[in-house]
Amino acid sequence: MGDLVIALAGNPNTGKSTLFNALTGLNQHTGNWPGKTVAIARGRFEHAGLTIELVDLPGTYSLLASSVEEQVARDFICFGGPAATILVADATCLERNLNLVLQVLEITPRVVLCVNLLDEAERKGIAVDTTKLAAKLGVPVVPIVAREGRGLAELKERLIEVATKSGEKAAYQPVYPEQIERAAKELVPQIADMLPAGLNPTWIALRMLEGDESILTHLPQLAPVFAEVQASTRGQVDALRDQIVTAIYRQAEAIAAAVVSRPARQRTDWDRKIDDLLTSKLFGYPLMLALLAGVFWLTISGANYPSQALAALFFSIEDRLTQLFLLAGAPEWLHGFVVLGVYRSLAWVVSVMLPPMAIFFPLFTLLEDLGYLPRIAFNLDGLFQRAGTHGKQALTMAMGFGCNAAGVVAARIIDSPRERLIAMVTNNFVPCNGRFPLLITLASLFFGQGALMAGGLVAAGMVVGLVLLGITITLLISWLLSKTLLRGVPSAFMLELPPYRKPQIGRIIVRSLFDRTLFVLKRAVMVAAPAGGVIWLLANLTVGGQSLITHLAGRLDPFSRAIGLDGYILLAFILGLPANEIVIPILLMSYLGAGAMLELDSLSALHTLLVGRGWTWLTALNTMLFSLLHFPCATTLLVMRKESGGLRWPLLAVVITTGTAILVCWVIAQGARLLGLV
Amino acid sequence: MLEAQRLTQLAIGHKATVRSVEAQGLTRRRLLDLGLVPGTTVEAVRHSPAGDPTAFLIRGSVIALRASEANLIHIL
Repeated sequence: MGDLVIALAGNPNTGKSTLFNALTGLNQHTGNWPGKTVAIARGRFEHAGLTIELVDLPGTYSLLASSVEEQVARDFICFGGPAATILVADATCLERNLNLVLQVLEITPRVVLCVNLLDEAERKGIAVDTTKLAAKLGVPVVPIVAREGRGLAELKERLIEVATKSGEKAAYQPVYPEQIERAAKELVPQIADMLPAGLNPTWIALRMLEGDESILTHLPQLAPVFAEVQASTRGQVDALRDQIVTAIYRQAEAIAAAVVSRPARQRTDWDRKIDDLLTSKLFGYPLMLALLAGVFWLTISGANYPSQALAALFFSIEDRLTQLFLLAGAPEWLHGFVVLGVYRSLAWVVSVMLPPMAIFFPLFTLLEDLGYLPRIAFNLDGLFQRAGTHGKQALTMAMGFGCNAAGVVAARIIDSPRERLIAMVTNNFVPCNGRFPLLITLASLFFGQGALMAGGLVAAGMVVGLVLLGITITLLISWLLSKTLLRGVPSAFMLELPPYRKPQIGRIIVRSLFDRTLFVLKRAVMVAAPAGGVIWLLANLTVGGQSLITHLAGRLDPFSRAIGLDGYILLAFILGLPANEIVIPILLMSYLGAGAMLELDSLSALHTLLVGRGWTWLTALNTMLFSLLHFPCATTLLVMRKESGGLRWPLLAVVITTGTAILVCWVIAQGARLLGLV
Repeated sequence: MLEAQRLTQLAIGHKATVRSVEAQGLTRRRLLDLGLVPGTTVEAVRHSPAGDPTAFLIRGSVIALRASEANLIHIL
């Protein structure tokens, strides 16, 4: 706990997280809100000899508690006891932001208002008179440009003043129609004595009038009075609430009109021009595809060299390790288990996964930072709507390209439980970073021979094709689910398309490397190391002269052949349940029968090995399809269990995905054989 | 007397004023929280390439709404 706890609140897309990062630097951590599926970041900074703990509340438009995020934000400001609250407002649409500001001022006068994005406002010719705004609201107002760190020094000064000064200050209080004011006034004396100090009784009275039962979780003593209020307002709650919201917006309008000046003539609106292109009927979808293909191509071609360099490095270390074991006179099995099992699978996972992730995640974060992701949701919503699901599923799907477990967590942005479950269950149909190496390697080995450049393009095209298939199946299964198990009406879809923002390269690199790349890598390593040991054992423990892997693969072989694979491939997928990235290493290890994973010195050696094992284009294609469509990895399943609160949905996800994978592979294998293509 | 117009009927590039919101429950709260209270000026900005949803300029920010929601908003 710091000396002072400060809440940070604001509308979505106001640069709230940018300010949070600017203030706390890397000194932060993200955790779940107790009992809620809402992530809360906390961070610290020092100022004037005080340690300040900053709590980054979810971005919300209002505090009237109609969503989990709003309830979390409101509860923290009301009952979490922050010494002060920093509110971040967007200078380019102050009016809507003031709606939230006025709601917070009703709860507490200990507020510092930051008017952010002044640079963007200047470009649009919008000026905000912050002095006048401060006078109107009765709280300090600090103009800032969070991304450049402008105004932060003043913000810290004002913050300490507000947080440490004792005594109540008079901040602006919204005024309501007479009937509501009168009803609230009548209620205040009945409840004032029951409230903890510091809580504004008028504000509580208003919540009771508009029938907000969520306040009872913190103030159960109000239940009897609340029941009386509800009896007397029956049938009018909606109307009362409308009047309250309308009154606040009217006042926000009036304040904004007095402090904001706009240019007489509208300047060229670049956001609109960019959107004209990116979401146009003609170019919207092709551009989206081109961008996707571009990201994959950069990832594939860029990861090639560093992957090889890393592999060379790790295997030279392995040679040293082997020498060390020999010197120490360690038994053969120990060397095998530790070096050839645990170490080698670690080396493999890091050298295969780190480079593509270190390219893919920054690129993805760049698109996120630019503001392109909401446009993807906007473009694709029509399809998801027809599938009976939420447009934001496009975003959770996009996140799945990085990591499906992350995609399942991201499904929290969907409010309706029905649509959130559909998004979680189908997330695995887009390939994550753990599966891209397999797709990319096989695509370039079997479908992208020839000149490096052209071959790379063909392989990238193949991967894009698979991704499109994954998206099609996502939509199809979503539609099936919303017609059967998860029937229901689509919930309301409201998506803000924020202005495009100049990306902050430094922040993108830090965020994508620390929050995503290293996170996913750490997980993969933690899983791959023990799995490597276990697989080494399976490959080296022999029964009747044959290794356990060979026995198991033999059992799976007939079924595997029917779906165009072989027993070793299917076994590799099953043993790869802990992490998709170890599927290829396991496969190679069992093919070589050598009992240890192959030292992959070149792609052509791999090609020769696979062809020698009877691989054709069909084997490669079906292995890629199976990888795309099969059961989620263990981490994703565990996350799904946590998020859905039970085993039911993760199990269903396994059945649906694996069923789809088997069906698709079977149809293709049988079809190809029937037509004599192989 | 003009017949009641709905937000879905607003042509791209045109503006109108919100008269009333017909939605109920959570959807109604959401729409109001975005600032779609009676008297608010709304401009239709663009359709998605698939035709639906449509983006509207509401109080300085661009918000996409599906036809099913926009149809619940009466305009003048």
